[in-house]
Amino acid sequence: MSVIDLEKRFQEKIDSDIRIEPRDWMPEKYRTTLIRQIGQHAHSEIVGMLPEGNWITRAPSLKRKVALLAKVQDEAGHGLYLYSAAETLGAERDEMVEELHSGKAKYSSIFNYPTLTWADMGAIGWLVDGAAIQNQIPLCHCSYGPYARAMIRICKEESFHQRQGFEIMTVLCAGTPAQKAMAQDALNRFWWPSLMMFGPPDSESTHTEQSQKWGIKRFTNDELRQRFVDMIAPQADHLGITIPDPDLKWNEERQHYDFGEIDWEEFWHVVKGHGPCNKQRIEARTKAWEEGAWVREAALAYAEKHSNTQTSKSKAV
Amino acid sequence: MKSWPLYEVFIRSKAGLHHKHAGSLHAADAEMAIENARDVYCRRNEGVSIWVVLSSDITASNPDNSEELFDPAEDKIYRHPTFYHVPEGVKHL
Repeated sequence: MSVIDLEKRFQEKIDSDIRIEPRDWMPEKYRTTLIRQIGQHAHSEIVGMLPEGNWITRAPSLKRKVALLAKVQDEAGHGLYLYSAAETLGAERDEMVEELHSGKAKYSSIFNYPTLTWADMGAIGWLVDGAAIQNQIPLCHCSYGPYARAMIRICKEESFHQRQGFEIMTVLCAGTPAQKAMAQDALNRFWWPSLMMFGPPDSESTHTEQSQKWGIKRFTNDELRQRFVDMIAPQADHLGITIPDPDLKWNEERQHYDFGEIDWEEFWHVVKGHGPCNKQRIEARTKAWEEGAWVREAALAYAEKHSNTQTSKSKAV
Repeated sequence: MKSWPLYEVFIRSKAGLHHKHAGSLHAADAEMAIENARDVYCRRNEGVSIWVVLSSDITASNPDNSEELFDPAEDKIYRHPTFYHVPEGVKHL
């Protein structure tokens, strides 16, 4: 069959909502687009553990500590589901890790902001996980089977992440004036970076059209961003704290919230590696990878040594 | 450095059900693959039993041969109970 026919058949499958599986024929660009996107997504989960890991030992109670530990452990798991999904497309795990460390592969810019107070754990769960869920729910219907299946698991597990964050915010907002001020400060710092999580505006988004045609992306960046603002604004009202945007107001005619201009210069600055914590994050990942090298080597040597001596395995029946 | 091989993970969610493919992971050996599978795929009581198998040991059908493999079943409607006529009023059939 010619490439044109294969491409036609591929597009017909997508249009009739038939999932693409690893060994099916796919256009090379579809494969590389997915490897890039799933890789970025996996890296975001892995780097995303760092700003929160920072607070595990300083959580204010045992309840908060076990919740935060569980959340960070979930993020490690989510990174692993996603790396595996990318590997079904022919990507190599070690190469992906290498690309993260060298800066060739990107991850969500939100994780390049510091977590200065405990309230940041609340703001991250509420806003950052809230934004991530908006992005991820449509991906559960993505045309590539392994990615869609990973996203279903992730979305199921993540619903607790946002709730625990909102609960932290609720408790702080009902606390002393200092605690409420801490919650407001966290909202002030995380609001705009959270809006940037949806990526550049549709007018500048280069991948959107092709990704929509291929069923990788179901909604545009601006559509998802609008949904997020519509979801969060009433929740901020409930908490009694103020979103740091003087232009934010309900538009009766549009039935949506209007909101102010995003500072895209800041976004690109952080994406290009110049955010407050980019260097620190990559250093932490590289250090963990390099200092763990002897463990990976030793485990492999042990496995090789024992593969010859091990005779009695429990059979899978 | 050589990297850890890839394992496919199958989980039985409760006694009485089949093991079902859950995903894959890297591990130095099968024993570690089971331990990792517990942490990666069973954080919320998803399983009572785990199988792991080296991905390289799986032989899969080729999607290019799907037609010759699966099409022959398509026109054999007589393999389904709905193909047969049951007279009105007859029960337990």
